[in-house]
Amino acid sequence: MTDTPVLELHGVSKHFGAVQALYEVDFHVSPGEVMALVGDNGAGKSTLIKCIAGIHPIDGGEVRFGGQPVSIHGPKDAARLGIEVVYQDLALADNLDVVENMYLGRELIDGARRLDETTMEAKARETLRGLSVTTIASVRQTVAGLSGGQRQSVAVAKAVMWNSKLVILDEPTAALGVEQTRQVLALVKRLGEQGLAVILISHNLHDVFEVADSITVLRLGQNVAEFKRTETSQQQVVEAITAGKLSKVPGQEAVA
Amino acid sequence: MTVMEPPLASEGPARDTVRAYARRWWVDVKSGELGSLPIIVGLVIIAIVFQTQNDRFLTAGNFVNLIVQTAPYAVIAMGVTFALLLGEIDLSIGFVSGVGGVMVALLLAPDGSNELSTVPAMIVALLAGLGIGVLHGLIITKVGVPSFVVTLAGLLAWNGVVLLLIGSRGTVILQNDFVIGLANDFMEPGVAWIFMVGCVALYAAVQLVRLRSRQRAGLANDPLVIVGLRVAGLAVVLAVVVAVANDDRGIPYAGILVGGLFIFWTYVLNRTRFGRHIYAVGGNQEAARRAGINVDRVKIICFAIVSVMAVLGGILLASRLRSVDTNTGGGQALLYPIAAAVIGGTSLFGGRGTMKAALLGALVMISIDNGLGLMGLSSGTKFVVTGGVLLLAVTVDSISRRGRAQSGRA
Repeated sequence: MTDTPVLELHGVSKHFGAVQALYEVDFHVSPGEVMALVGDNGAGKSTLIKCIAGIHPIDGGEVRFGGQPVSIHGPKDAARLGIEVVYQDLALADNLDVVENMYLGRELIDGARRLDETTMEAKARETLRGLSVTTIASVRQTVAGLSGGQRQSVAVAKAVMWNSKLVILDEPTAALGVEQTRQVLALVKRLGEQGLAVILISHNLHDVFEVADSITVLRLGQNVAEFKRTETSQQQVVEAITAGKLSKVPGQEAVA
Repeated sequence: MTVMEPPLASEGPARDTVRAYARRWWVDVKSGELGSLPIIVGLVIIAIVFQTQNDRFLTAGNFVNLIVQTAPYAVIAMGVTFALLLGEIDLSIGFVSGVGGVMVALLLAPDGSNELSTVPAMIVALLAGLGIGVLHGLIITKVGVPSFVVTLAGLLAWNGVVLLLIGSRGTVILQNDFVIGLANDFMEPGVAWIFMVGCVALYAAVQLVRLRSRQRAGLANDPLVIVGLRVAGLAVVLAVVVAVANDDRGIPYAGILVGGLFIFWTYVLNRTRFGRHIYAVGGNQEAARRAGINVDRVKIICFAIVSVMAVLGGILLASRLRSVDTNTGGGQALLYPIAAAVIGGTSLFGGRGTMKAALLGALVMISIDNGLGLMGLSSGTKFVVTGGVLLLAVTVDSISRRGRAQSGRA
């Protein structure tokens, strides 16, 4: 882990009308670090990653990327900085094959504006091999024929292929079986080992404790705790999720 | 991770054997990836049945007739495939083709005050098609009205435009030699042979370049024998077509036009970013949008292609009949093209379909129409039989889809 975090958030707030979704959240993730983002439903995990991915503009606070203050105004800005998000529904086209999906929207073309299938296929294979994804027999099979774990691998490979520095994974193991979960978690670990910063959103603390280096807990839109995995226990994290100390209790100031 | 085989090694540069290729093909067929197999079987059955009923079906003369009759519907079917690939539909193609045919006939009518020369008249008609398609596309994407409704309204409105354009004339006779020649003139036998050799050489060259570049990148290749067989197969099919056609009047120019459009659009679908984006939008619109594809733009262009191809088909239809009347664009032009695309294996749910499907499907539809005509059966019988064939084709597709679902490929 190096000293400068890839991404730092300082006092980031976001509200939708009267609903305060995020309140002065501090958050950071460093190269080679797998940072888990945990919290109960409605804690603001999704809002936070959408702010990072440029889908929601932030109302207050500061975002620094690689030490420089940045403002992210859309998914394209995020992609340009090297931030890739793998959403829960993966956003793969079933009728296209693995290579076609990995290059969707960013297809390579040759001098005559034709699709450069050869280069795309070779690079896609290289990326999958680099991530030690061994379960996909052919990169020319359609995604429809892949298992949930294989699809997740394709979606992750798609995200890391673009010199990305930060990969955000939204519930990557939510719908997977035991063996496939193991494969995807191994993949997440390898992303960290390759020097990428990874934000892992999960409900499953068992998964989190298997791969995360650090854990940030959100509760009611505020970050209530940050742990090093090696220095904490599931018990402590659960307590933070359900009863972490809030700096501002929602509704209280209105009553007062 | 522990020590593992080099990933994807099974797919390495080592060239596939023919046996492995054949086995893979059989596994595909068993799991429901039927490709063009059912339709080719269907065409063989059609040929056998009609030949036993009437020995004029498989003659050179009727073969040339089949090409001329199929051409307009094949063109419109190739066009409407672009809407089907998106998971949308265009019901207006029949009367849009009617508008095209009528416009060309009127613009070239020697008595009219608005007479144009041949090429400008065709361009004006095609631009009208472009405008119609863009209009459909804009309403569908920007306003958000379902394509079924927009093009259903189009079906009525463009039918009205056909009637308004024809006015009190009833029937307009085409008198332009070039337009009539599209469906009624034939290629010199020698030129047809040169053309055919050129096509095969082009195909072989494309295959070899692909083989070489994949080899250089160390990717898996089809066995050389299979590539050779493919080229030889195309050569044989085209040679038979040219030989048989030359035995009668020759290859009609309409057939050449269909071939050219087929190659062009297949190239667009398979080898350009735009083509890839069409499949992506049809397969998963949300994924396409998130990948940065301008979904609305893709849709508008596709609907424009549908209408322009419909106009082109309408001109061919007018050329074959040498006239247009108030019924132009109705009847068969209305639903035959969609039925043809579906019979060929194009999915109505989007994301799956090819130009080959449209072409072969149109050939099936018109073969049945033609064969039943030779047997002297009425239009009523024709429609009932064609309906049955359409249902059968979709049933085969549904069953094979079940096969795909069971083997996890749905």
